[in-house]
Amino acid sequence: MTGLPVLSMLILLPAVGAVVLPFLRAAQTARWFAFVFLFADFLLAVWILTTFDASSAAMQFGEHYAWVPSLGISYRLGVDGISVWFVLLTTLLGWICVLASWTSITTRVQEFMTCLLAMQSLMVGVFCALDMILFYILWEAMLVPMYLIIGIWGGDNRVYASFKFFLYTLAGSLLFLIGILLLYFNAGQTFDMLALMDADYPLQLQIWVFLAFLVAFAVKVPMVPLHTWLPDAHVQAPTAGSIILAGVLLKMGAYGFLRFSLPMLPEASHFFAPMMIALSSVAIVYGGFLALVQSDIKKLIAYSSVSHMGFITLGLFTFDAMGLSGAVIQMFNHGITTGALFLCVGLIYQRGHSREIAAYGGLIKMVPLFGILFAAFLLASMALPGLNGFIGELLVLAGAFGVSGWAGAAGVLGALIGAAYLLGVYRQMLLGPIKAPNGAELWDLNPRELACALPLLLFVIWFGLYPKPFLTILQPSLDQLMIQLTPLAVPP
Amino acid sequence: MLELLLSIRPILAIFVSLTAAVLILCLRHRANLRDTVSVVAAVVKFAIVISLAPLVLAGGTHDLTLFEVLPGVTFAFRVDALGMVFATVSSLLWILAALYSIGYMRSQNERAQTRFFAAFAVSLSAAVGGAFAANLFTLVIFYEVLSLVTYPLVYHKEDATSWAGSRRYMVYLVGASKSLLLAGLALTYHLAGALDFMPQGLFGDTEASGTLLSVVYFCYLFGFAKAAIMPFHAWLPAAMVAPTPVSALLHAVAVVKMGVFCLLRVIFHVMGVDLMGSLGLAIATAYLVSFTIVMASIYALTRDDLKARLAYSTVSQLSYIILGAVLLTPMAAVGGVTHIAAHAFSKITLFFCAGSIYCASHRRNISDLAGIGRQLPWTMAAFFIGSLGMIGLPPTGGFISKWYLVLGSAQAGEMVFLAVLLVSAILNAAYFLPVTYTAFFERAKPSQDQSLVAMQDVREIPMVAAPLLASALLSVALGLNPGFFVELAQLVMRGAGL
Repeated sequence: MTGLPVLSMLILLPAVGAVVLPFLRAAQTARWFAFVFLFADFLLAVWILTTFDASSAAMQFGEHYAWVPSLGISYRLGVDGISVWFVLLTTLLGWICVLASWTSITTRVQEFMTCLLAMQSLMVGVFCALDMILFYILWEAMLVPMYLIIGIWGGDNRVYASFKFFLYTLAGSLLFLIGILLLYFNAGQTFDMLALMDADYPLQLQIWVFLAFLVAFAVKVPMVPLHTWLPDAHVQAPTAGSIILAGVLLKMGAYGFLRFSLPMLPEASHFFAPMMIALSSVAIVYGGFLALVQSDIKKLIAYSSVSHMGFITLGLFTFDAMGLSGAVIQMFNHGITTGALFLCVGLIYQRGHSREIAAYGGLIKMVPLFGILFAAFLLASMALPGLNGFIGELLVLAGAFGVSGWAGAAGVLGALIGAAYLLGVYRQMLLGPIKAPNGAELWDLNPRELACALPLLLFVIWFGLYPKPFLTILQPSLDQLMIQLTPLAVPP
Repeated sequence: MLELLLSIRPILAIFVSLTAAVLILCLRHRANLRDTVSVVAAVVKFAIVISLAPLVLAGGTHDLTLFEVLPGVTFAFRVDALGMVFATVSSLLWILAALYSIGYMRSQNERAQTRFFAAFAVSLSAAVGGAFAANLFTLVIFYEVLSLVTYPLVYHKEDATSWAGSRRYMVYLVGASKSLLLAGLALTYHLAGALDFMPQGLFGDTEASGTLLSVVYFCYLFGFAKAAIMPFHAWLPAAMVAPTPVSALLHAVAVVKMGVFCLLRVIFHVMGVDLMGSLGLAIATAYLVSFTIVMASIYALTRDDLKARLAYSTVSQLSYIILGAVLLTPMAAVGGVTHIAAHAFSKITLFFCAGSIYCASHRRNISDLAGIGRQLPWTMAAFFIGSLGMIGLPPTGGFISKWYLVLGSAQAGEMVFLAVLLVSAILNAAYFLPVTYTAFFERAKPSQDQSLVAMQDVREIPMVAAPLLASALLSVALGLNPGFFVELAQLVMRGAGL
């Protein structure tokens, strides 16, 4: 390990950018500025990944500075085989968001780019934080730029949507804080997450804390029935907002379960597992059916996220080696694929000014580059074997069948419904006679737009056929999680 | 360098047609060159496939593991006897189908020919990729690619009928694979921790209950819906909206044989014959496919549309192959595997003939064919040879495979299946021979339908007729000298432990 505080650099680079950027006058300069900062951040994340020691489950690139010693609060960072991937995902989507907003955001460009930079700094911080209070502060702070992104640059109903988003997530957060404090007082007054994972808590306490965390995380995931903010937020958000929301913010909920609920509260996790599996199964099927009846493409993808995130929570609560690794790889892949789908929707909306599925047709003939990319992402999302979605789906289902035949069956039903609505979009928008809203003449992708989409396509194919690098880096951390998950006492 | 090229032949065989597809797209404005690419690629592909045959016939396999995907799951190829049968049949017939397509598409002045030839080429990549796949994961990738690339071939005409047909096609194929097949895969991976094909199956060491393993098996049996076992057969008649070359090569050979091939893999190399026997799965499947054999023949009998009759005949004949496998006797297995080739050569001939009739006369219905034998003597003679193959009469390959099947059912001591084979042979005769009779011995009736070409103006189209004569000859050649495929089938049989 080098002595450089690389994680701090990773967090501070966009933050510094966010401070400087408002002083720039020209919109174009602001765009380039944001792009350069976020791309540099991405390169740094790639460097971290390549120097990451895949044989160890320990937190790496650790940093620790006392912050409020009297209360045991510290600035503590580190990444393990799980979080390092989400750092990569966040930084990858970051610069893609800038490119995706290049021409679609024309008002208050500096402010928008500042929000993107701030957002990235906070998101990377969340994935690196190893102190509960630091985590909590970053987690909460994320709300603000996201609220602004939806509320200022969103669609017609943006104020309602952003407010709903804000309220839902804030409500969860307060309980989250109470849960943190309960752990703090029971584990010897420390906010060090690793110490909190090692401590043992009585079952009764675990159950209460689990419930407190559950609300916070379930809103973020989102799990049915706390999912209703998602379609509104997605439909109203600008493209970059949707990409971040679907690509990273939803993952935070699952990451919360992975980082807090499972290792810190193993007995409670086992206690609640049947309920979580049932809720996930409902989300998979119900989200799928909701997606099936949407006529608005953005809503359809939003509901498909509810269904696909259900696979993730299902995999997490199987406590099975296959199910868990499936859940984590599905988290990453869903970020890539759904991010890409929202990108495609943004691109086509910019051209046709409509999100109605029925307004388009024959896009593969009219705009072939766009058509092929959109087709690839739709197929990845329906988990075509050979593309990235399939790996996670197969692993999660293999894990789920070990726990409950019903959960497995619900997963399979969700996959079937998923194929139905995604192939429906494929058929309607991409094939058939050429059709565009009001007979508009659509134009194909330019190099900048290709530069957004191609890296995502690379991951779609790479992780579909060769997910081994991902799993190799992930495995030690998952093995450790499996040990932490073994309950010390049998729950009553 | 040569060593390397020789060792990656399975991949080269796949890539030849993929490369061809790219070239076809690039050459879209130069029709002659574009169509030459198809033919050349088909010949090269067949040459590569057949160059692997000596090793396989000597009892060896050609293995090639590219990389590990998941623990216990690799992306890998293995050329063995069963894969060789499927790959040889599909790549050999692609040569004829490519020539035939050129004649057919040009005589019809069809639309979207570039898309047609490109998708056709990729389909062949998927078929051979599936044939050479070393495990379920690799196989399923090619299986799904095949569904996807044949979709544009089915909706080719892009009218209301073809959209409806292609929709049914996708709903059945993708629906079955996204539900049953996916569940089967996940359960297999959960229970066995691996997806490789093994001579004695994957579940030797698992403690899973017989019920659970039976569930897994039935997930595969119906999940691989391309095998068209009833009630998952309805996509096949629906797919007949495609241009006839597609029906001929894909929906009589590559696509449907992919389904059957996957099931043979499951029966022999995933479940294993011991488990198939001890759990009673073999006998249950035998009854299921017997029902399909007879019912599909009865359906065929009632269809006047020639292609629909052929499609139902395919549904019936595919189940012969599976019946051969699940009787679990050496002779039946040899018969089943040989029938992959025998049915392919005969059925492609019949479809080529249906296309030839359509091109020359725009006739689809058998009742309109009275007297057409005089106008299209070559086509109808080939049709007759194809019919003999379907019924199982010498000198065609169908005789050989059905002979083994009959011996195999006798070996199994199951008179029921012997009866099924005989009844079905009679039904086959009942719905194929009248076509020839009508064509040659009935007098042409003047038709009211203006869209039909007047009978006296109907002429053979050489470019269309030549490939169908060739495939009819192949079918006879197989009957006279079935050595190659029978030897491979015997290797499959011995490898499975029968």
